[in-house]
Amino acid sequence: MSGGSYYVPATSKWPVLGSVALGVMMVGTGMVLVHGRGALIMTVGLVGVLAVMALWFRDVVVESRQGLYDAQMDRSFRQGMAWFIFSEVMFFAAFFGTLFYIRVFALPWLDGEGAKGVAALLWPDFTASWPLMSPPDSSIPGPAQTFSPWQLPLVNTLILVLSSIPLTVAHEGLKEGARETTRNWLLATLALAVTFIIIQGVEYYEAYAHYGITLEAGIYGATFFLLTGFHGLHVIIGATILAVMFVRIQRGHFSSDNHFGFEASCWYWHFVDVVWVGLFIFVYVF
Amino acid sequence: MAPKLPPHHPVEQSTSAVAGGNAAAHPEPPRGILRWLLTTNHKEIGSLYLIFSLIMFFIGGIFALVVRAELFQPGMSLIRPEFFNQMTTMHGLIMVFAAVMPAFTGLANWMIPLQIGAPDMALPRLNNFSFWLLPVAFILLLSTLLMPGGGPNFGWTFYAPLSTTYAPPSTTFFILSLHIAGISSILGAINIVATILNMRAPGMRMMDMPLFVWTWLITAFLLIAVMPVLAGVITMMLMDINFGTHFFNAAGGGDPVLFQHLFWFFGHPEVYIMILPAFGIVSAIIPTFARKPLFGYASMVYATASIAILSFLVWAHHMFVVGLPLAAELFFMYTTMLIAVPTGVKVFNWITTLFRGSISFEPPMLFALAFVVLFTIGGLSGVMLAIAPADFQYHDTYFVVAHFHYVLVPGAVFAIMAGVYYWLPKWTGHYPNVKLAQWHFWLSVVGVNLTFFPMHFSGLAGMPRRIPDYALQFADFNLVSSLGSFLFGASQLVFVAVVILCVRGGEKAPAKAWEGAVDLEWSVPSPAPLHTFETPPTFQRQQH
Repeated sequence: MSGGSYYVPATSKWPVLGSVALGVMMVGTGMVLVHGRGALIMTVGLVGVLAVMALWFRDVVVESRQGLYDAQMDRSFRQGMAWFIFSEVMFFAAFFGTLFYIRVFALPWLDGEGAKGVAALLWPDFTASWPLMSPPDSSIPGPAQTFSPWQLPLVNTLILVLSSIPLTVAHEGLKEGARETTRNWLLATLALAVTFIIIQGVEYYEAYAHYGITLEAGIYGATFFLLTGFHGLHVIIGATILAVMFVRIQRGHFSSDNHFGFEASCWYWHFVDVVWVGLFIFVYVF
Repeated sequence: MAPKLPPHHPVEQSTSAVAGGNAAAHPEPPRGILRWLLTTNHKEIGSLYLIFSLIMFFIGGIFALVVRAELFQPGMSLIRPEFFNQMTTMHGLIMVFAAVMPAFTGLANWMIPLQIGAPDMALPRLNNFSFWLLPVAFILLLSTLLMPGGGPNFGWTFYAPLSTTYAPPSTTFFILSLHIAGISSILGAINIVATILNMRAPGMRMMDMPLFVWTWLITAFLLIAVMPVLAGVITMMLMDINFGTHFFNAAGGGDPVLFQHLFWFFGHPEVYIMILPAFGIVSAIIPTFARKPLFGYASMVYATASIAILSFLVWAHHMFVVGLPLAAELFFMYTTMLIAVPTGVKVFNWITTLFRGSISFEPPMLFALAFVVLFTIGGLSGVMLAIAPADFQYHDTYFVVAHFHYVLVPGAVFAIMAGVYYWLPKWTGHYPNVKLAQWHFWLSVVGVNLTFFPMHFSGLAGMPRRIPDYALQFADFNLVSSLGSFLFGASQLVFVAVVILCVRGGEKAPAKAWEGAVDLEWSVPSPAPLHTFETPPTFQRQQH
């Protein structure tokens, strides 16, 4: 609660343009999915959304560098980012909940266990197991084999967990005014992020080409791609944010005591990191 | 709790605001339509939300009247069953997501900054974005009615596999429109939390905040927690429909019941999202017109928080007949009945506030009092439904319809109307026309009870919900319900008339429009100027 007068930002055309762009993107997406055409509309919408985000954030950066924002505005940004990450946590909570429900309740019940065991009448030959290699209905293919957690997934875990170290060093460097340190270690973080994304791409290729793990491969394939897919999307978003931070560092943005944009990107990266640890444990290991 | 300003303060605030000492800081807003498209002002965005919600209230209301017209007498008389299903579904979706929720967000936009002494919302541009997503989302949703195969026809709860395997092609568009609405809700809620936690006037502690602010803080927390779960479950639907996954298909190892768990993990907190701000409004109005401080301010806060926490632990009471293990039936039955305790605390506090008060019956008070009585009826039928063995009889009957309409129409909607009547003088500078408002009130009360009270009886007698035809023994109850619904619908036109007349003129209202009102919003002039509290007011706590 500041003692002086308040800062209220000026009007902006980006929010309303962003709404329109998002609407166009959704209409295009729906047309592609339902009617198999409309890719152009979808692309225009997507480009519009990305452009609006870039321009809107640019305005905020410019205003911040003009020194228009006071301590209260800074706290509002922190609140906004923290609660946004909380909403993302709940988004993933729904997917982890799905995984647990399927593994702990749904499959054993289909196999005739417990209070709802009568469900076993549907597919008497079904045997519950995890990973579920043969779904109840034999017309639905299961995965041929699953990934060993101790190969690529372990490498990716190490990459993502270790990427927090250079990021923290970069942050410490920024706080001490050592911009070279910040730039170099941020670059190292970005390299790890890109490596992670590439390895994940390799794994997806392997999944479809050799392992029979597809979206259609019963509930195992569905939950595998739901969790790793949305996580991968968030890694790409997080890496993009870090890349923007790299450019901003290059251009001499941020000061040693005022760099919430950088801090927010660290928060986001750590969130992506923590989700992966959960994924590694419950999707790959157990 | 009744924060009061030092006596000299209102004058000081009003002069500085009227004189526009900061005029240079605010360039002339763009004129015409652009002003509304670009606005970042919490009052203008609040008005946009309220107008949008009123329009959607009428669209959703027309859908409801189509349903009631078909049910006026037994037999298939007016519309095809497929269209009937689309009408029940769209009525629910529009009323929940496009009428009630935006109305509360509109009130939050207008009143939270005024009640905590802030110049605006914490993130004004995000605020504009949150609003303008809504027309985009709901134009897309309404357009599904015109698509081949029709719009959503699986009920507002869109249970899989009705909404996946057996759904019309437009379902993909329905999912995408709900995604946009969800983004709007999450961003709006983040903004409200940041505003309340960060923008309070110096000296205003959390426990000094008006209850409308408190209830909205907790509501916004619920929104941020559960709207992403809704986004998750509709994404899984989208994948089942378009990408061949088997989340809700047991043949592939999935489970249709999983859909219900995920949906109601969102859905139950959602129903509290639609009632907690109503509690806040009523907790402002009753003390004002009873001319007594609210009884049990702290217990109101704790009760609100308890209801919010419990709301995460009760979701499966919507699923008692789906075949849950006995332990789950018992757990969800007991947690659900526990909610009656904090809710009872609230009703007790409202009644105790009225006790020996100097009560007057201005229009906001009429609606607030009707809220207390009629919401309690809905709450009590909720306790009946919470009893798992009894629910086996009530499930999917008109008794359930009666229950949730009592908490949502004379509950949430009456509270919104009470809030509108209460704050209209602050928004427009004029009092609403009392005679017309009284007509609106009495017609609404009669209409709402004629519509929904008979549903208790037809439901207990076994009439199923969401069916366009019914057995002859239900004819009389349905006739009364249908007549009541048209009376209620028509009486809302009176409401529109009151609002329009109030905007255009009427008896002038002073800054403190109601004699017993105490919160900060009554310290700024009526109508509130476009920019208020440009320098933070000094908040003086009243000892209580």
